Formats: sequence, structure tokens, C-alpha cells
Amino acid sequence: MAARRVSSLLSRSFSAASPVLSRSQGRNGYNGSRMVRRFGTSSAAEEIISPSVQVSYTKLLIDGNFVDAASGKTFPTLDPRTGEVIANVAEGDAEDINRAVKAARKAFDEGPWPKMTAYERSRIMLRFADLVEKHSEELAALETWDNGKTYEQAKTAEIPMLARLFRYYAGWADKIHGLTVPADGNYHVQTLHEPIGVAGQIIPWNFPLLMFAWKVGPALACGNTIVLKTAEQTPLTAFYVGKLFLEAGLPPGVLNIVSGFGATAGASLASHMDVDKLAFTGSTDTGKVILGLAANSNLKPVTLELGGKSPFIVFEDADIDKAVELAHFALFFNQGQCCCAGSRTYVHERVYDEFVEKAKARALKRVVGDPFKKGIEQGPQIDSKQFEKVMKYIRSGVESNATLECGGGQVGDKGYFIQPTVFSNVKDDMLIAQDEIFGPVQSILKFSDVDEVIRRANNTRYGLAAGVFTKNIDTANRVSRALKAGTVWVNCFDVFDAAIPFGGYKMSGNGREKGIYSLNNYLQVKAVVTPLNNPAWI
Amino acid sequence: MKNGKCNGGATAELPEIKFTKLFINGQFLDAASGKTFETIDPRNGEVIAKIAAGDKEDVDLAVNAARHAFDHGPWPRMTGFERARIINKYTDLIEQNIEELAALDAVDGGKLFQMGKIGDIPAAAGHFRYYAGAADKIHGETLRMTRPSLFGYTLKEPIGVVGHIIPWNFPSIMFAMKVAPALAAGCTMVVKPAEQTPLSALFYAHLSKEAGFPDGVINVVTGFGSTAGAAIASHMDIDKVSFTGSTDVGRKIMQAAATSNLKKVSLELGGKSPLLIFDDADVNKAAELALLGCFYNKGEICVASSRVFIQEGIYDKVVEKMLEKAKEWTVGDPFDSSSRQGPQVDKKQYEKVLSYIEHGKNEGATLLTGGNTIGDKGYYIEPTIFADVTEDMKIYKEEIFGPVMSLMKFKTIEEGIKCANNTKYGLAAGIVSQNIDVINTVSRSIKAGVIWVNCYFAFDLDSPYGGYKMSGNCRESGMDALDSYLQVKSIAMPLHNSPWM
Repeated sequence: MAARRVSSLLSRSFSAASPVLSRSQGRNGYNGSRMVRRFGTSSAAEEIISPSVQVSYTKLLIDGNFVDAASGKTFPTLDPRTGEVIANVAEGDAEDINRAVKAARKAFDEGPWPKMTAYERSRIMLRFADLVEKHSEELAALETWDNGKTYEQAKTAEIPMLARLFRYYAGWADKIHGLTVPADGNYHVQTLHEPIGVAGQIIPWNFPLLMFAWKVGPALACGNTIVLKTAEQTPLTAFYVGKLFLEAGLPPGVLNIVSGFGATAGASLASHMDVDKLAFTGSTDTGKVILGLAANSNLKPVTLELGGKSPFIVFEDADIDKAVELAHFALFFNQGQCCCAGSRTYVHERVYDEFVEKAKARALKRVVGDPFKKGIEQGPQIDSKQFEKVMKYIRSGVESNATLECGGGQVGDKGYFIQPTVFSNVKDDMLIAQDEIFGPVQSILKFSDVDEVIRRANNTRYGLAAGVFTKNIDTANRVSRALKAGTVWVNCFDVFDAAIPFGGYKMSGNGREKGIYSLNNYLQVKAVVTPLNNPAWI
Repeated sequence: MKNGKCNGGATAELPEIKFTKLFINGQFLDAASGKTFETIDPRNGEVIAKIAAGDKEDVDLAVNAARHAFDHGPWPRMTGFERARIINKYTDLIEQNIEELAALDAVDGGKLFQMGKIGDIPAAAGHFRYYAGAADKIHGETLRMTRPSLFGYTLKEPIGVVGHIIPWNFPSIMFAMKVAPALAAGCTMVVKPAEQTPLSALFYAHLSKEAGFPDGVINVVTGFGSTAGAAIASHMDIDKVSFTGSTDVGRKIMQAAATSNLKKVSLELGGKSPLLIFDDADVNKAAELALLGCFYNKGEICVASSRVFIQEGIYDKVVEKMLEKAKEWTVGDPFDSSSRQGPQVDKKQYEKVLSYIEHGKNEGATLLTGGNTIGDKGYYIEPTIFADVTEDMKIYKEEIFGPVMSLMKFKTIEEGIKCANNTKYGLAAGIVSQNIDVINTVSRSIKAGVIWVNCYFAFDLDSPYGGYKMSGNCRESGMDALDSYLQVKSIAMPLHNSPWM
């Protein structure tokens, strides 16, 4: 593990030693003097805070054991604050996926899991939730270390939500009901909601543990077994909670976790002939590949939760200060690395100037720095690739003549920190208004009436989420129904309860996760039809 | 013929009785009148403890506390998940006290201690855990309005202050079956346990304090039906009353609700449940189910299979097997693990059961086995089986609530169905057959809330349970039970320029 040496991560004047990784070199972006803005950076962060957690699990979890990859290969997982190696992790490939699927298959076909009572399954999930709470500090630290999200966010929001989601799904396990169904003749008809089998799940790096919960929770509640592939950027916490699940009494083979890359481990999971269902969260491009692999292999049903370019619409009657704050949160939360980020901020022309002014002021106050430090609002982007991609979009914004209100550059010269960036006068045809940037770049657009903004908000290939800010019930109801998006937040944003379903219209995906709806992804419906002799009623 | 075995009635030591007072607004209190009543050990008729005798004034105090906790307190304003956390904590505490709770029910109700430990108390805990999981899954619906330009949705709101009146035969399970869904829904409540078995309810009250329920959410008023129970049923500030007990008392509860504030009433009442054994049944299994169905919990169970109808082709074989098995049905001290049947709950019930046995004899039924008391103290009765029972006999028509089975013979499926439905009750029924057509036809034909096929007492947390006809008007257990504790509110508003309707 690299030494955590003194580093003035956030000081522009600091001249760092050679970056550990060559891929962090050659970064230029708009961090020249003309772009310099005073952001509320953590000036006292002279030292990179050393996480108070050991990396104990770096091997694949297959059939209840932590094992090396069949190839013996490993890959480094990096600290996005510095680009340094945190740990070398087993690099799973097709052979490991085969092993994991075999274990999951056996645990499903022969093992105790689907044959247990639902109540007993729920008890194990509840015990797991207790263990998550017991280990919340280690988990939060590990998540921050691997991902770069603020420790405060991980500790106070994400880990509690992880436990909360498993409690929620534990409660579903013994309440999954089929129907008895009316027939046109003398038949007794019942539907059985059966577990679908072995579920392949591929999760992203932006919310590693929450995405773990969204996928693993309903699959387990329904009685399935799982092969989960984590993102190569953030493999660490899934192993940790995998261990906790074993401790909670989950039988071996029910939850298998393979770390590795999408093109190898991910692809072999998606095309596996013995995987009954696939769930993927990630980019739309990768989602297309996944769907193709499913189509070309065994036609396994696929749930996709993909990209977004979600509109955040502020009407003239909205509480502007609240809207500014929420629009800021909607975009910058988690370093802008949210599929549902409110990345097109539509503001009514009568309040546009005031809004832009306030949005800029808010962005300038955003505190960027070491995510382990208290009071930090924004950590680094996940890796150099994402960093470069975001910087490329910022250049594109400037080149297409959007007004750069603030930000636009790197923060510090180490790790992947980007200044909170606000563009105004953004037009619908600009790249920054069309593509998912997945970074701290807010685009503010102007509109003049309801019909127009509905049309423009829907004029995207995505349809994940939307925000509507108005005090008028008629506007709220009408726009909520008119927007083609899976979630509409009215006078709020990023409200992610366990029971609220989430998913996309159009190219933002298919299927819904969370809530009662997520159970459908992991159940087969079987109709059982029996003739009736002399029934008392039909 | 002397039936069954008696293990002599070994006496275990009484558990320590820690709670004897009313539990109101988080405090254990004496009754306002200062009065107490005695709760009796049915093994010997001796007094276990003196319990505060709640009456109208105490019910008023408890309702006030519950009203305040509902109208102003945090309970209905918490998220479902926060309520679930507290209910789960409560469940953990119940599980940590299984032994003590089982002992209280055994000494107070004459129930088998062993069954309490592996059956009643874990089932009570299971109800709480199940409804903890349900607390964040109470969904209203958005509606498809038929009128143009209208948007509608429903909210499922907690109904308010609930009065629960629970019986003495399953003090723990009945407490949980009523209290748990009401808690999940966000209601506050006043619970009146039966005067025969107040002990475990007070212990549950104590645990509720430890679990962290806000004061006033759960109140327990011990006392009698005609005083405390009546005060609950007729209270103007109780929004819903839920009662499990006899059909006669159920009628009074409903009348009291009708003449007071028209509060909603859930009734789970008596039964005279049929068990139909068809010619193709497995003889051994059928005999076992019949005995279990009728004698379990000394026959003090509203779903008891007190009318056993056997198809003529298999009748003799099943009866023979049943008599053979009845000999092994050991009656004795409920703390003795070899006992399958303890004493009846009290003198009144004991005498009532004995009077039905006399009626059976006098009306010409054939006493195949049993019919006597056992020992010279306590309220033990032999498992009793009458054959040749006809539909005009009292023992065919009335709920005995004791270990007394009536055997009848039938010929055809149609006759079996007709006999099964020949009752004012409609709580449960059993079918023993391997024939899928028989099972499907009979299941749909019997007018009863629960049908057990090749099993009996297949209660489950997720399976709703309740009666047709005069067996009641509600469903408990499962997600259906939540509806009893929820109001449905419809909200409608104009909708302009919606792209779809």
C-alpha cells in the first residue's frame, strides 16, 4: 500500500512528486490561470487523512470462500484522492464466473436457500442488517477510500440506507403473494411467484453498497442465488459485506462476488448460459452490450438502469432559494456521479438571472477536498478516465459558447478533484445539454412557458428522473404526468426511500428497482390451472 | 372405558409474578377503585395473584392516553420504518423472555408449557416481526378516474385508537395477532386481556416500555368483560374495537358499538368446524388430524374440529385407529413435558364441558371413549369421543370448547358438503383426501374462512384467518389484517392538460 504522505492536495502551488500512475499525467484541462476561481476548498487539508480501516478482503467470494482468481491475476484498486494503489484485488474472468455460477446454480437447485421458509430468509437478512450497523464505520471508511465520496455521506446516509434496504426486503420475503385468478370456465387458477434462479448482477462504482442493496436485497428476498460483479473501480466494500452475510448465516453459494472488468468478467456473466436473469446498472452504451449478450446467449431477462440527462425545472412561482439549493444538490451530489443527476436545469425566464446568480454563488461556496475531512462537500471524481471525460465536456461547453459562470478547472494537482462548474446560457443542442457528463458540471437553460419546457425536457434519449419546482398544484400535476421519466420529484430531489421504485423510460433503462416493483425482476410467474367439478361458485 | 393416560399432575413451581397492575400511559397503576380480582391456577383452583380490576374509569384513563398518543404523539407521525425498528426490538425482547412468558400462560391458562415455548410465544414473536416488515409496505393507490380531467389517489391512514378485547385460550398469540398489525398501521390502543389470563399481557406491557414504544401507544387494562370490556365497546373515543371470543359476547360488543359511536367492529367468534375424512384418506393421518384438531389446547380453540364427518367406506377403520391413538393422549400437568392436554381454563368452563358430555349421553349419542374428569383437583377432563351424533343434538350444534368430539358418518361428497355447512358457524374446516377434484370442489363449497387440506391448524403469519356467518366478520393475520386498522381516504382534484388519462 502506498504511503499516505504529506500532500497539499488542494493547494495549487504545491508541486507534487511524480504521480504514481502514468495515466494521471497529461492532464491539462481548464486549470490555467484564466479559469481560476476561488472555491471553498479545504485550505487546512495539509495532510491526506489515513482511513481507519484495514483492507481485509481482496479475493473473489465463491461458494462461501474467498479465493484467488483462477488465473492468479490481480488488478490495483486506486485511491481517487491520489491515484495511489489501495490494494491489489483478484481479477475475475470467465473461468471465475463459471465457478461462481456453478456454486450459485448448486445453491439454487439443491441448496437450502430457495427451500427455506421465507421467514427464515428474512431472519438472515435482518441479522445482516444488524451486522452492517455494527460495522458501519469500517464500511463507510472503505467506501470513501475506494470511491472518493465524502465519509460523512457514506457514514450518515449510505450505510444506514444499506441496512434500511435489507430490512425492507427482509420484510417482503414472507409477503410475496401470487394470485388466485378468475377463469372463464370451471377452472381453479392460481399463480405461483417462484424465484427466477441464478441472478447475475453487475453494479457500478458510484454507489457501490447502495447498488449492492438494490440488487441483492430483492433477489435474496425472492429466494434466488446470485453472482455479483462489482465495478473494477470499487471492489472493496462488496467483499466486506459478503463476509458479513456469511456471518449472518447466508448459506455458501447463495451470494458469490466476483471482482473484475466489464469486458471480461462482466461479459461472461451477461452471456452465461446458466444465468437465469441479469441486472445491470451503468452506462447506456454498456447496457446495450449487455442486452446484446443476453439476446445472443440464452435470452435471459435483463433489467437495465442506465444513464440520464434529467431535467430540473424551476417555474417562476417556485421558492427560488430552495430551488437553487436543491438544483445545486441535484447536480453536485456525489461529485455529480449520479445517473439521475439534475443535469439540465431549466429556469423560467422571469427568474432566470436571479437563479443563475444564486446558483453560481452556491457553487463557489462548495467545499472541495479530502472526503475524509469533516465539512467537505465534494471529493474527487472516481478515476482519471472519468476526470478526463468531465474536463472534455467542460471544454466543449466553453467552445460551444455557453457562459462559464464558475469553475471549469482541476482542484489541486493530485487525484481527480474538479471545481464545481456552472454554465449558463446553455442551449438544447449543445453537447453539455445532451450527453451525460457524470461530473460536477451544472448547465442552466432558460424557458418561457409550460408547453415549451415539457417539450424540451422530453427532447432527450434519456428518461430517468426529473425535478419540478412550483407552488401551483395544476402545474405540478400536469408536468408530472407529461414528463417521460421514471421518477418525478416535486419540490424535492434525490429522495430515495426503500419503497419508492426507481428506473428509466427510453434509453435510461427498463425495469424498476426498489419498492414492491423490484420483486418482479426476480420472480417467475407460473399459472397453475386445474379443472373444477361442480364448483359452488366461479 | 377409561381413556387416555394421566401422568399424575406433577406440579412445577410457579413463575414469579412481577406485574399485576394496569398499564396506562407507560405506568403500572392500581385500578381507580383500588379493587383487585384473583387469577386462578387451573391445575388446582388456587390463587396465583391478585390483579388490578379495571373498570370504566380506568378505561377512560387508558383511552385518554391512547387518544393523546395518537392525536399528538409521535407514533402515527413516525415513518413506517421507524415504527418497524421499535416493533422489531419488541420482538427481540419477547424472544429473550420465551421461557417466562410460556410459564405465565401455562400457569394462568393451563396451557402446555412446552408448547408455549416452541409454539405460542415464538408465534407471538413472529407476528410482531411479520408486521414490523409490513409497516413500511402499506400502499394506497393512484386511481384511474372515469370522469375526465380528474386525478385521484387513496391514502391508507391509521384508524386511530383501537380497543382490543382478547380471549384466554391463546393469551400470547391473540395479543400479538391484534396488537402487531395495529401498531404497524400506526394506531394506538387499549388492550383488555381475559380475566382468566391477565398475566402475560401485563408482561408484554412491561416489555413494550423496554422496547421504546412511546407512552400511551399500548395500554393494558385487566378486568372483566361486563365492566372494562363493556366500557371499551361503548366508548365514544375509541375508533375501532377488535374482539375475539364467544359469539354471544360478540353480539353484545357489536350492539355496544352500534349504540355508542358506531365504531368499526372486528369479530372473531366461535366455531363448530367440520373435518371431512373421505374414503381415499390415509387412515393413520386422518385419525391423527382428527384427534389433534379436536383436542389440541384441551379443545379450547375456536377452530377445533369438533364435528368429524367420516365417509362410510373408511369409517370403521378411522374410528378404530382414533381410539387406539386416544389412549396415548396423555392428560396431566401442563408443566410435565409428557402431557398433551392440561386442565380446562376454569371451573366454569370445566362444568360447561361436563354438562355437554351429559347432554351427549342423554340425547342418545354413543360414548366411545372418555367422558370423565381426571384426578380430584383442578379441571382435568378426559378426551371424549361421541359417535352416532345427529344434527339435532346439542353437542352437534353448539360450541363446547372442550375435549369433546362428535363423530358422524356420510355417504357422498354432496352429503359431506351439506353436513359441513349445516351450522350457524363458518370459521374453519378440514379435508382429508388425496383426490384433487374432491379437494377443489369441497374447498370452494364449504362456507368457512379457512380450509385445511390434509393438515389442520396450519396457521401462518402470512395467511389470513377469520369467519363466515356467525363466526365473525374480519380477517386476522397476513396483510389482510392491516385493513382492519386502516381508513381509506380518497383524494380527488382537477387535472388540466394531462397527456393521458
